[in-house]
Amino acid sequence: MGCTYMSEWNHFVTMKGTNHGIVVYLDDQCSFEQVLQELEEKLTSNTSSGNTEISIHSQYRYLTETQRQEIEEIIKHYNHLSIKSIDSYVMTREEAHDLFEKSTVKTVMKTIRSGQIHSVKGDALIIGDVNPGGTVEATGNIFVLGKLRGIAHAGIEGDVQCIVAASFMHPNQIRIANKISRAPDYDVEGSPREFAYVNPTTEQIELNQMQHLQKIRPNLLDVFERGL
Amino acid sequence: MGESIVITSGKGGVGKTTTTANIGTALALMDQKVCLIDTDIGLRNLDVVLGLENRIIFNLIDVIEGRCKLQSALVKDKRFDCLHLLPAAQTSDKNEVTPEALSDLIEQLKPDYDYILIDSPAGIEQGYKNAVAGADKAIVVSTPEKSSIRDADRIIGLLEQEGLSDPPFLIVNRIRKHMVDSGDMLNVDEIVSTLSIELLGIILDDEDVIRASHHGEPVAFQPNTKASISYRNIARRILGESVPLMSLEDDKGFVTKVKKLLGMK
Ligand SMILES: Nc1ncnc2c1ncn2[C@@H]1O[C@H](COP(=O)(O)OP(=O)(O)OP(=O)(O)O)[C@@H](O)[C@H]1O
Ligand SMILES: [Mg+2]
Repeated sequence: MGCTYMSEWNHFVTMKGTNHGIVVYLDDQCSFEQVLQELEEKLTSNTSSGNTEISIHSQYRYLTETQRQEIEEIIKHYNHLSIKSIDSYVMTREEAHDLFEKSTVKTVMKTIRSGQIHSVKGDALIIGDVNPGGTVEATGNIFVLGKLRGIAHAGIEGDVQCIVAASFMHPNQIRIANKISRAPDYDVEGSPREFAYVNPTTEQIELNQMQHLQKIRPNLLDVFERGL
Repeated sequence: MGESIVITSGKGGVGKTTTTANIGTALALMDQKVCLIDTDIGLRNLDVVLGLENRIIFNLIDVIEGRCKLQSALVKDKRFDCLHLLPAAQTSDKNEVTPEALSDLIEQLKPDYDYILIDSPAGIEQGYKNAVAGADKAIVVSTPEKSSIRDADRIIGLLEQEGLSDPPFLIVNRIRKHMVDSGDMLNVDEIVSTLSIELLGIILDDEDVIRASHHGEPVAFQPNTKASISYRNIARRILGESVPLMSLEDDKGFVTKVKKLLGMK
């Protein structure tokens, strides 16, 4: 009896060493308590002590936020270990819906006028102008096929990789994630075909000409690459 | 069956009342049956601009609250039999009128007129909502100042949600040529490009307009001052004629075309 128990127990957590650190596969059929127990057991008996990144994969088990925290809690006890990622093959319907929403381009054909707020999940494509006093906000990128003269806020949920691009750039303000930049106090003319992005070195919003976009954001349209 | 057109702006004092009086007069000159409605309750002045102040007996609120018949509140113009005014009340406030009451009233007027012009109060609150409720079409008046254009843009945004039969039309009022030339005022092309709606006409800033209002006789009644021609051109465009914009005298930046407004009638 005890023997059988031990051998099953051994299958709940499998560790594999790779070039990128350790990958820990968690069984998706047993109870979560069993997973936690064995994880702890395995980590204690692990002899390596160098700093190691571990990626956790729960396969077809859906991990709730609390369960993720419980796993993180266990790993925290081992100073030389850090979690690189927690993955699985599954997501809830809501997450799937959200991912779909955020990975699609929402197009409108109109002028966003003073006092109007146009807000989308995903990338926003405006075929028309954004007038002074008008606002566009998106969880993703903002593309204006017209004059951007109001406010554009890309990456409203915090994605600093997002950009704002316009056929004609003459905004009141551009915001990307939590960064804000505004037009200077002196009169500026505005310029054709530009985009705004957060320069990782300066951590500031900067403008650049459209032809450089591909170099600066090669993965712009790949929403999975943006780390959703 | 007549057509109702609201004249509105967002910002105050840009010339809604002056425009309403003058387009009304110009349409009457062209033998159209016109009813002007002043919806600026509490601040009425369309009657003053038309010189009809002394003839008012009943007003819009009297009609809505059933104190008189619609017909008896209509004031006939001095100059034209076919031009009537439904004056605003001087003492009540805007909240005594509802959008439904006003649009009912306009429906009652439609069979008797070719055009019903509704002078709207400034702002985007109750008064504006009342004024817009019964309108088939809208004319937005703006001066070439940034703040006025900003408010016009806001109003256009709101009008677009009203389910009008056409997008709003634009009148740019009080243009000062020398200021446009010196770059201290936006030119009409820039304004039209920002607001991206159809331009119905432009009116210069002109003392004749003020003088005429002062004497209670809209400038459009005069035979051929610049301002009166501009207003009559607007009326002709409303009637569906294609009238080119009077250029602001050889100003190159001013070749904005007025498209055929055949849809207006
Ligand atoms: N083209 C013009 N040239 C010169 N003065 C003008 C012109 N148009 C209007 N005005 C003047 O501007 C002032 C405001 O005009 P008006 O009363 O028509 O504006 P309004 O938009 O109706 O104002 P309110 O918002 O208070 O109702 C008036 O004194 C009028 O005579
Ligand atoms: Mg007025």
